[in-house]
Amino acid sequence: MLLENRKLLVTGVLTPSSIAFACARLAQEQGAEVVLTSFGRARSITERAAKRLPSPPDVLELDVTDPQHLAGVAGELERRWGRVDGVLHAIGFAPERCLGQDDGLFAAPWQDVATAVHVSAYSYVALAGAVRHLLPAGGSVVGLDFDATVAWPAYDWMGVAKAALESANRYLARDLGPAGVRVNLVAAGPLRTTAARSIPGFAGLADTWPGRAPLGWDVDDPEPVAKAVVALLSGWFPATTGEIVHVDGGVHAVGA
Amino acid sequence: MERSEVLDAVRESAVELLKVEPDQVTEQAAFGEDLDADSLDLTELVMALEDRFGIEVPEDDLGDVRTVGDAVDLVMAKLGSGASA
Repeated sequence: MLLENRKLLVTGVLTPSSIAFACARLAQEQGAEVVLTSFGRARSITERAAKRLPSPPDVLELDVTDPQHLAGVAGELERRWGRVDGVLHAIGFAPERCLGQDDGLFAAPWQDVATAVHVSAYSYVALAGAVRHLLPAGGSVVGLDFDATVAWPAYDWMGVAKAALESANRYLARDLGPAGVRVNLVAAGPLRTTAARSIPGFAGLADTWPGRAPLGWDVDDPEPVAKAVVALLSGWFPATTGEIVHVDGGVHAVGA
Repeated sequence: MERSEVLDAVRESAVELLKVEPDQVTEQAAFGEDLDADSLDLTELVMALEDRFGIEVPEDDLGDVRTVGDAVDLVMAKLGSGASA
């Protein structure tokens, strides 16, 4: 099994349709021990989803914008395991005015943009920083991305936040590399998760993606993304860091 | 299963999860306007019903659920299709 004896922190599970849920399930099937995080209103839903995993994991309280929560999770993992072999960051959020507005980027005030960047990009570094002392050589940090090299319909400030995430991924790889820790993103094609359904314009992307993808694309199947995440969390990409692995059916590679 | 049994189950879950009174949960009550439920509340309610009845409700189907009666219809349909499968 790819993740035998690996202890993983998996954020971002809301419902069984969450990409992180598919990742947690596959990780458990591959031998990993998993702890989930959630917070506030979402927590009771995450706990229901957790019960549907092969081995129902604990759910720790974590608002990634709260330094005390981050320290609390790190402390709990240290008590529990003494180390963390892998972390999945599957967290993104943007206030309503940041996405799908008629006036595009001009609709959002800085405070809303700051929230989007804080939750969706800065938190990647904050989360890795909180557990860096627990990550052994060979450890792996993985984040979920949506290709930020071009402008998409409606994605707006979330796209800008993802560009920040992609850059942070490279710097984080630089900073954690000397400790032997790898840092990579998986840029997924559109998947119809609970969160994605709330993105205005998501339907447009989801409708055209399968036809544009050389390999085709199933918007209801997160398994290909989960496989890439599990591979990156495993020891099978030992010399890969600062990378963005596209799991999108190949859309990023074609012009039309 | 009788419709009234399913309604009772939906009412019980709604009272627990949405913090509403049992007599508010009528067939005609709209989740949003009458029971002050948002999309996450509805997601959780449906997950609770899935667990309770051993059914699977695709998230696509939630778009059609506006009232408590709609939720009962949905559960009845899933139970029916499960029985005939």
